[in-house]
Amino acid sequence: MTRYSAFGLLTKALGGHAGWGRAWRDPAPKPSYDVIIIGGGGHGLASAYYLAKEHGITNVAVLEKGPIGLGNTGRNTTIVRSNYLLPENNHFYEWSLKLWEGLEQDLNFNVMMSQRGVLNLFHSDAQKHAAARRGNSMRLIGVDAELLDREQVRAMVPLLDFDNARFPVMGGLLQRRGGTARHDAVAWGFARAADRLGVDIIQHCEVTGIRREGGRVTGVETTRGPIAAGKVGMAVAGNTSRVAAMAGLRLPIESHVLQAFVTEGLKPLVDTVVTFGAGHFYISQSDKGGLVFGGDLDGYNSYAQRGTLQMVEHVFAAGVSMMPCLSRLRVLRQWGGVMDMTMDGSPLICRTPVEGLYLNGGWCYGGFKATPGSGWCFAHTIAKDEPHRLNASMTIERFRDGRLMDERGVGPWPWAQ
Amino acid sequence: MHRIDCPWCGPRDEAEFAYRGDATVRRPAHDAGIDAFYDYVYTRANPRGWHTEWWHHAGGCRQFVKVVRHTMTHEIAGTGKAGDSLPVPAE
Repeated sequence: MTRYSAFGLLTKALGGHAGWGRAWRDPAPKPSYDVIIIGGGGHGLASAYYLAKEHGITNVAVLEKGPIGLGNTGRNTTIVRSNYLLPENNHFYEWSLKLWEGLEQDLNFNVMMSQRGVLNLFHSDAQKHAAARRGNSMRLIGVDAELLDREQVRAMVPLLDFDNARFPVMGGLLQRRGGTARHDAVAWGFARAADRLGVDIIQHCEVTGIRREGGRVTGVETTRGPIAAGKVGMAVAGNTSRVAAMAGLRLPIESHVLQAFVTEGLKPLVDTVVTFGAGHFYISQSDKGGLVFGGDLDGYNSYAQRGTLQMVEHVFAAGVSMMPCLSRLRVLRQWGGVMDMTMDGSPLICRTPVEGLYLNGGWCYGGFKATPGSGWCFAHTIAKDEPHRLNASMTIERFRDGRLMDERGVGPWPWAQ
Repeated sequence: MHRIDCPWCGPRDEAEFAYRGDATVRRPAHDAGIDAFYDYVYTRANPRGWHTEWWHHAGGCRQFVKVVRHTMTHEIAGTGKAGDSLPVPAE
């Protein structure tokens, strides 16, 4: 496998881009592995990569029911940030952001990481105080946060509706190190880097059962036959309840659909990520020029990867309230992704009651930014059979024990998280 | 778009309703213990298939409607009042 470089790109360009070769192998499943990761999205591929790189465990297979990266990895709005209030979340997401900052050199793959800033608007005194509190919580643990006033926001994003009668823009909380990355490239980069360390990435191999003996996992049943394994990790957010049910587990998760949209291509309009404080709406501009935006959950249990028009209208209304100049744009694409919504809005990276079976899921709508940190912590949890301190609180038991990580403070209603 | 047949108002647009989740969970006895209450408050079957659930007709008669709906196709097999026992179709 050749290393990618500017010189390599130049020579391949002179040769008409012939002979790039495949980026990762297409192996047949072996009868047995040390570790099997179920799910070939960003999190599963990152977990396999860090198992090989950080822990020297290379006899690893990633099993994916379709082609890699076509689930939620290819269905998000590509935002990367670590602007959380609760210390447990913030330490974890900040470590993830630090991994993002070195990811391209680490993987030798251009994931188009762009630290263009993430700006959360506020529209009332109460929201300003909440933003200041969250910013202080971030700065206390060393994360960058700046409270901007109205004129500082205007200098950054002049096209907002600053004098909206109902929701005037009073300012914003800015994390300059936040931004966006190319979601597909993240899956491809981790796949290529993991493959190079010896990990088998097995596509079109759906897990249909989890084999257990005496309370311990021994392997999986798949559409390509049984595969034995010492340890099995699940990284199938969106379908976690279904896969965990194969091992007899019942989880504090519901699957909900979240929609996102891309407009026609435009000249540069928004050079940062902006979130509306008066409705669930967030927007950024891709390198191709399309505006990428999303809103709130449709709000009912669904595995359908498509939503209903009521929420489309709601998202567009919120967008036009925030930036009236969006009203004449045409939307080119719209899609839905299936979210693992937990009962407190925070994720799970943990051991399970079945020995040798590990869980990574419950990402709600925050999975993409977590990709490297999630893989890094999940690899640690699997390799050492105990969590890293960064994910020590992300257990299933926290619900039973009353130690919720309820970032929004809304209680056990998955559709409200 | 879902069209939900409210037993009191007739067929109405999804936009009039607020979703209230799994209608199969039952509050345990007050002395049933932590595990029973943990299951009641937090754990869900979360099926990919038929799901019996509550939709509150918040923008209409304000009654709770029980709905059997498929979480993959969004098809609605039946609706009823809170006390009704609705048949769940085979997959």
